[in-house]
Amino acid sequence: MSTHGVALASGAHGFLSPTGVEVAFLLVGLVTLGAAVLTVTTRQLVHAALWLVVALGGLAVEYLLLTAEFVAWVQVLIYVGSVVVLLLFGLMLTKAPIGRSPDADSGNRPVAIAVAGAAAVALVWVVVDAFRRTWIDLRGPVQGSTEVSGEMLFRYWVLPFEALSVLLLAALVGAIVLSRRGKENEAEEPRRKEEAR
Amino acid sequence: MSSSDTLDVVLRLLALFGVFLVFPLLVGQMEHKVMAHMQGRLGPMYAGGFHGWAQLVADGVKFAQKEDIVPAEADRRVFQLAPAVALLPYLLVLVAIPIGPGKAVGWYIDAGIFFVLAVMGVGVLGSLMAGWASANKFSLLGGLRTAAQLMAYELPMLLAAASVAMAAGTVSLPGILDAFHWWWVPWQIVGGLVFFTAGLAELQRPPFDMPVADSEIIFGAYTEYTGLRFAMFLLSEYAGIVVLCGLTSVLFLGGWHGPLGADGLGWVWMLLKTAVLAFVVIWLRVTYPRLREDQLQKLAWTVLIPLALAQIALTGVVKVAIS
Repeated sequence: MSTHGVALASGAHGFLSPTGVEVAFLLVGLVTLGAAVLTVTTRQLVHAALWLVVALGGLAVEYLLLTAEFVAWVQVLIYVGSVVVLLLFGLMLTKAPIGRSPDADSGNRPVAIAVAGAAAVALVWVVVDAFRRTWIDLRGPVQGSTEVSGEMLFRYWVLPFEALSVLLLAALVGAIVLSRRGKENEAEEPRRKEEAR
Repeated sequence: MSSSDTLDVVLRLLALFGVFLVFPLLVGQMEHKVMAHMQGRLGPMYAGGFHGWAQLVADGVKFAQKEDIVPAEADRRVFQLAPAVALLPYLLVLVAIPIGPGKAVGWYIDAGIFFVLAVMGVGVLGSLMAGWASANKFSLLGGLRTAAQLMAYELPMLLAAASVAMAAGTVSLPGILDAFHWWWVPWQIVGGLVFFTAGLAELQRPPFDMPVADSEIIFGAYTEYTGLRFAMFLLSEYAGIVVLCGLTSVLFLGGWHGPLGADGLGWVWMLLKTAVLAFVVIWLRVTYPRLREDQLQKLAWTVLIPLALAQIALTGVVKVAIS
């Protein structure tokens, strides 16, 4: 792993002399965090979806700053271009009201906060622990190019990749089954009515 | 960065901005005139004197004079932000489209195809925001149709673009053009048709203009807009045509490659191909009736996606055979 662009170095880098990119990374990170918090706290449903766009876009910028261009654009393509559009579609289909939704809160708030906090702590801890001494040299050649990403994905991570494809396939089949079951019920409805008669 | 580099960047950005301001208007004027002549009319003839060349300038002045109205029940901020969200992505996309060999591109992007498709997808958020924030049932319907259409047509567009990336062995737009040979045109023709059709649907151009269908839902998401904000939505449609035609000619028609004069006159070929495709876009508008919602979905899922997948298979087979 470490040969692929991520150089191991200890002592050569310090937190006290930040470069421009590091400062930008931190600022964008703060914006992303702010947008994420707003996403879950705002009472206006569609605004939550739009703040989510800001948060996901901020993440894409973070990837760009780490020279992972391919990942950044795929992030925008999949999350902003498809997932958020799907979300907005759902919100419009259910006629999300303009203005505050008083019923946007559920009684699960404390539990949700606890779960989110635990997940965040675990993730931050694991990631910091794993990459504590790993530095990405931003001044050298681009290290997250499409070529590098592709090679890593299909050389070292083929199995997880294929496992994910199977998972997606299962989800697809599941969606088809669910939607077809709905149709059969509708078709059965008149028959049941006749039987009832 | 030395001063000559800075100057270079500034000049490129200025040139791009000029293209962004002028080309959509040219396409718009072409639409006025071509449509008129196809329907046995003359089209604009007065503004500016010679064949009404200044019609769109006059339109712009008219839009600027109109009152900017936000409906009382609307979500003000989202409503006002939506036109910018719809327009700006197309300006960004122009940066990545190469118009000539070598350095004739605004900004060299390694994952160019992904950048272009991703940013174009963001533009549709503008329509969705407008549709929801207008507090108008016609707008809401328009927004819904926009979203449904985008979800159906994004996939074939991506698959068709992926086929070209496979053929060229790179996802950067200048890289694809460097690898281009003339026989790619017949080889990738199916993918090209799928890409162009899906692009039209993404831009909501006729015959895929169900989301804005003026005769049933009164311009859909844009019903409540007036003045400059409405003009921005219109401009984004025409900028979208320029971007789509430019992209199609880069990916499938060889961009700046031409039978002769490839060194100095590459950009002429590129502009010519783009203009011809823009003409086809207008031609289709005049020729075909609007597709119904179910026909739209059926076309995407049962025709375009299988065709795109077949094109990918063909690309793979030929690629293996010639290597």
